[in-house]
Amino acid sequence: MADETIVDVLMRRGLTRRAFMQLCATVTAALALSPADAAEMTKRLEYTPRPTVVYLSYQECTGCLESLTRSFSPGLASLIFNDISLAFNDTLQAAAGKAAESAKDTAMKDAWGKYVLIVDGSVPLPQNGAYCTVAGRSAVSDLKHAASGAAAVVAVGTCAAFGGLPYASPNPTGAVPVSEIVRDRPIINVSGCPPIAEVITGVVIYYTTFGLPALDHLHRPTNFYGNSIHDRCYRRPFYDRGMFAKTFDDEGARQGWCLFELGCKGPITHNACPTMKWNGGTSFPIESGHPCLGCSEPDFWDKGGFYRPLSAPTGHWSRAGVIGGAAAAGAVAGLGVAAVARSYQNRARKGRPSDPDQKNPKP
Amino acid sequence: MAKRTVTVDPVTRIEGHLRIQADMDGSGAITRASSSGTMVRGVEIILRGRDPRDAWAFAQRICGVCTLVHGIASVRAVEDALHYPIPRNAEIIRNLMIAAQFVHDHVMHFYHLHALDWVDVVSALKGDPLKASALAQSISNYPQSSPGYFAGVKDKLKRFVDSGQLGIFANGYWGNPGYRLPPEANLMAVAHYLDALAWQREVAKLHAIFGGKNPHPNFVVGGAPTAISVGPDQKGAGATALNMTGLEIVHGVIGEIRRFVDQVYVPDTLAIAGFYKDWFRTGEGVGNFLSYGEFPEKSINDIGSFMIPRGAIINRDLAHVEKIDLRDPQQVQEFVAHSWYSYSTGKDSGLHPFAGQTTLDYTGPKPPYQSLDMDASYSWIKSPRWKGKVMEVGPLARVLVAYAQGNQEVRELVGMALHHLDLPPQALFSTMGRTAARTLESKWIADAMEGWYQELMGNIRKGDLKTFNETLWEPHSWPARAEGVGFTEAPRGALAHWVVISAGLIENYQAVVPSTWNAGPRDAAGREGPYEASLRGLKLAVADQPLEILRTIHSFDPCIACAVHIVDPEGTERLQVKVV
Repeated sequence: MADETIVDVLMRRGLTRRAFMQLCATVTAALALSPADAAEMTKRLEYTPRPTVVYLSYQECTGCLESLTRSFSPGLASLIFNDISLAFNDTLQAAAGKAAESAKDTAMKDAWGKYVLIVDGSVPLPQNGAYCTVAGRSAVSDLKHAASGAAAVVAVGTCAAFGGLPYASPNPTGAVPVSEIVRDRPIINVSGCPPIAEVITGVVIYYTTFGLPALDHLHRPTNFYGNSIHDRCYRRPFYDRGMFAKTFDDEGARQGWCLFELGCKGPITHNACPTMKWNGGTSFPIESGHPCLGCSEPDFWDKGGFYRPLSAPTGHWSRAGVIGGAAAAGAVAGLGVAAVARSYQNRARKGRPSDPDQKNPKP
Repeated sequence: MAKRTVTVDPVTRIEGHLRIQADMDGSGAITRASSSGTMVRGVEIILRGRDPRDAWAFAQRICGVCTLVHGIASVRAVEDALHYPIPRNAEIIRNLMIAAQFVHDHVMHFYHLHALDWVDVVSALKGDPLKASALAQSISNYPQSSPGYFAGVKDKLKRFVDSGQLGIFANGYWGNPGYRLPPEANLMAVAHYLDALAWQREVAKLHAIFGGKNPHPNFVVGGAPTAISVGPDQKGAGATALNMTGLEIVHGVIGEIRRFVDQVYVPDTLAIAGFYKDWFRTGEGVGNFLSYGEFPEKSINDIGSFMIPRGAIINRDLAHVEKIDLRDPQQVQEFVAHSWYSYSTGKDSGLHPFAGQTTLDYTGPKPPYQSLDMDASYSWIKSPRWKGKVMEVGPLARVLVAYAQGNQEVRELVGMALHHLDLPPQALFSTMGRTAARTLESKWIADAMEGWYQELMGNIRKGDLKTFNETLWEPHSWPARAEGVGFTEAPRGALAHWVVISAGLIENYQAVVPSTWNAGPRDAAGREGPYEASLRGLKLAVADQPLEILRTIHSFDPCIACAVHIVDPEGTERLQVKVV
């Protein structure tokens, strides 16, 4: 959190800027200092230190950082000029190697115990962490160290939040989410592959302004992840009336009917896509004709296929393997009365294997 | 000066985890450089056993910077395997999406990843807004060039620096004698760094219309996912994003792309390059170039119709362009002699992607480590070779192949740049040549977008709304076994995915990606990868500031998450991984 400066305190007590400048001049004159010193004093007092944010990347694709750069409110430039001090991010850092490492170490030391740590990517554990190293150090040791000085950790993207793609079956590198390594700091999971730009910036600004947001059972902020895609989807009325697109450019697709039968995971996915939308409110996956992949949920890679309708009998690969169980029940609870959906539910019930091998992260 | 080794880890302002270790002789010149990828995920192993229609989503997450290129290569690989034709409208939509990605990616590389190698941010504080304005107006008619505009940028920068919290700009190599731009040029470049950051958000809207979001827009095997919801039978507005408003957004983005390339990116590149002409004589690399080609004007199977041509150039010989066959087992092969993998066929053998194999085999030091043994294995990146040769891929390769084949637009663009800078054609084989080629092809591609847009509008006008071919969607319509290769030109170079489908599921999947070609380690014969070769002989102006190394490595635009990948084609679990 930002420290309050003297100026903040004075301004809060009703001091105007003009009076503040005069005060600086008076104080410096009283101390027999020069007018230049008065200007320097004004400058020093005036600048509120922006909260330090350190952004580290491990097993990731940089899609999350790319998403962050697409934010409109606030824009990235405004964010780092006005709202936070982005002390380190390896995609944007001017310096490299030792100079970059040293800039990061200094920023962390100066704000030890107070900085916000953003992490994207999962972290591999086997082989002493050799599947991901930075400056010769394993990601796991790097993360443990950085987290120990953080006030809070924001796990950005589904890889950092829930393991994501590297964690998908058969998890060849033994990857784990941040929450399996950091256990003694508040963790905010900002899931999505990637998350919506304004959700990333929104969570950071919320934290630096108001503190820890309310979180759901997966440690996602409820003010962004509190509704399912389905609940807020503009195609929901067609779902309720049983009107479904059967393929990607049939009459139903062109008329914007529900994508449930094309495999939409909107009913079991919590995110802000239908309301905040993407890229400055331009569109979101369902509006652009593609079923929701469910990318902000744990194990979405292993839930039986992106084009397999929810609660239909399940697929051939193991592990989570299936959408049939609790997930489909949740979907159906939200559905209402659509006849087609009922028939899916009935079919699913007949052919459904036992509950999925759920692998919930333990934040 | 004594012999020494310089290590740059992490290499920043790139995608992913890259380490450069460079040995220097007594004169300070690099005698041997080694490029190491230090992160692995195993995306291709994860793909095995999955529905091939799902593969694009997994493959796309290989990289979120050049987002979409792996999605494109993946849907094309599956379509190639299944002989699955797609409607022309879908081809046009893909062309528009790939083109937007190219220019978006190139501009962001130039301003946000590469520029700080040439632009001294601290010097910009000394820039006179009047002079910056005069400079900007002398090279371009870009409207944001007034003295007031530059004064505003300077003020913003000054407040930032005065705050004492330099953040991502802390410890930069500011003041290094290698920086040669006058303060007003630095101020102009800083302004355009900020302008480009705002501009790129607008460009991404094109992907949002066609793919629902960016990064990681959606694709579909068999066509394009977004149905066109403009037509005489349309009931109401807003059924899909691809309505009249969406088309107007796309058209507007095309205009924004062209405006920024013409008014900012091209003039800035030429202006900055003019101060660094010696960088047209260094960093030349291996001299072999490979392009798979892109932008089908008819269909993906009609290679002759591609706007960016396919071909290989060997030993800088522009008089001959060799043909490429991605299915020929003797052409594209991958080697692991210095990579942390083993082959059952022997560590020194090379394997074509259809027959490739991978076993993670980490033999490096236990982290934390100070140095890697460059005589042993030292990277998670493999070493691809074409007909046994080390090849450079990327903008320079594409521009050279097009130039060698007599492409008129490219000849004019290259001629314009060389004339402006008063340089001979050989200057292209260099660090700055690579950077300039990236800019020139951006203009080439940006200018083509309007034609595709008009073709799409023409089809809609005729009532052709077809964007998806449903005939081969269901797996029961597929052969029992099929092999396919899907290719694209990614911003960083030639990219291909090879897929083997058996009984409706993926049996084997492999991607050989641009940064694998460029960033790969030495092969069994000791031949360096392009990054490594390009660094040989380079000197640092300030011993502990690897600015010159960054300039040359960044000129390739590294993408290391892409470069590292693994595969096991025989479907057997060979990983020697103990999950703790």
